Amino acid sequence: MNLSIFQLARQALSGHRRWPPFWRCEAPRKQYDVLIIGGGGHGLATAYYLKRNHRVRNVAVLERGWIGGGNTGRNTTIVRSNYLRTPSIRFYDFALRLYEELSRELGYNILFSQRGVVTLAFSRQELRAMNRRVNAMRHAGVESEMLTMAQVRRLLPLLRERSAAGRQIFGGFIQRRGGVIHHDAVAWGYARAAHALGVDIVQGCEVTDFRTSNGAVTGVETLYGVISTRRVGLAVAGNSSVLAAKLGFGLPITNLVLQAMVSEPVKPVLNVVLDGPFYVSQSDRGELVMGGGAEIYTSYAQRSGLQRVEDNMAALVDLFPAFSRLRFMRQWAGTVDLTPDASPIIDSSPVSGACLSCGWGTYGFKAIPAGGVAFAHLLATGESHALARPFSLDRFQTGALIPEGASSGMDDRELLL
Amino acid sequence: MRIHCPYCGARDLLEFTWGGEAGISRPLNPQTCSDEEWGAYLFIRKNPRGTLRERWCHTYGCGQWFEVQRDTMTHALESALDAKPVRANGKSQT
Repeated sequence: MNLSIFQLARQALSGHRRWPPFWRCEAPRKQYDVLIIGGGGHGLATAYYLKRNHRVRNVAVLERGWIGGGNTGRNTTIVRSNYLRTPSIRFYDFALRLYEELSRELGYNILFSQRGVVTLAFSRQELRAMNRRVNAMRHAGVESEMLTMAQVRRLLPLLRERSAAGRQIFGGFIQRRGGVIHHDAVAWGYARAAHALGVDIVQGCEVTDFRTSNGAVTGVETLYGVISTRRVGLAVAGNSSVLAAKLGFGLPITNLVLQAMVSEPVKPVLNVVLDGPFYVSQSDRGELVMGGGAEIYTSYAQRSGLQRVEDNMAALVDLFPAFSRLRFMRQWAGTVDLTPDASPIIDSSPVSGACLSCGWGTYGFKAIPAGGVAFAHLLATGESHALARPFSLDRFQTGALIPEGASSGMDDRELLL
Repeated sequence: MRIHCPYCGARDLLEFTWGGEAGISRPLNPQTCSDEEWGAYLFIRKNPRGTLRERWCHTYGCGQWFEVQRDTMTHALESALDAKPVRANGKSQT
């Protein structure tokens, strides 16, 4: 069903009681050509592109909880491609370009607001590092520009440049095409479009184990019994290590807890996304959405402690004293699967037929469309997508790492665990 | 969260630095071990859902490294008596 103005008017006249479900939650069949475990943004996008780009016949997404209930629904919705290494810039910018067309592509408004992503420099050294990043991006053909203090003042009128403690801002840079997207809409849009193309989306269906024969996957065990398949895609974020252990191999992943929080809604006061180790933006409803810094210890619990709440509040009030009297409404956390170099893994695994899309750490949401295209390509053809080739699993043996700690907003103590 | 330092007792998380999984041993001869072994030593982690043996340093206290067992789902820690001191070479004293 399309979502045209006529359709909206028709449904409004009947009191919005006749909308059909966007996707049905059905019991899975006994056999699939490709099975995707994990109904987050990456899993759903992969299912959609498996149908759209590769016309794979039988595809299902198995989700333990509900779709988009993990990190897809827990991030701070920031989308940007301002990375340092060329493979990352190309990959994340491919995602950004797909996002720019996604509302039209899916026929579903994802509310993309390209208001610009600003990162501030708190030292001259940081300013030089930013200059390098801007140049790296322009070299890779992606727009980005340095900001003088005068420009920073214009973009962030409430910003305090110097604090009593001696903290000072020296400038910054902006990616104007970056912005925020309604995160649930991405999950729902992909789910709706994938379902329309015939993908089975099964919620409340946990994969408990794998069936293998001669080192190849033959099926998965679920609450609905055994489902046979020769190709499984793991898009399970914080549960990647658990499922990989069931398949008999280890991953270069450590789970951390990343949290976010929102304030009470206020009038428009912040017109750009402020990014960096601490990040804040204002939602369409007027709430300040903010986060920054993972907990220092590994965890599978989707909750975090008060230490980082305090850190984030301190950063917010230090930068914007005017926000000191805002009340906060909600705080939540997600389990992020972090690799040592803060870059993802999109590759086949040591078990034939099982493919991995993991290690999305703190940067998964912005990469969803590209992750979906690349993972679908891998699952359908058995070969890595050209843009995803550097994000291989064997880089942790060859040493061809793609270090993006700084671009991911992580600090040193959170990396190379 | 409070961590049990075997020397100082239970203290607030703020005083500690997390040191990752415990019991990871460096290949005896890095010159001859394979890339696979070396890569596994550097990067592959168990990352379990449930009980994990991990290293902590009481950075803003006594400065000692030690091991504890913690549940990664509930964050429940074992008692201080079970926290084993670690030698400078990273091996546990048993």
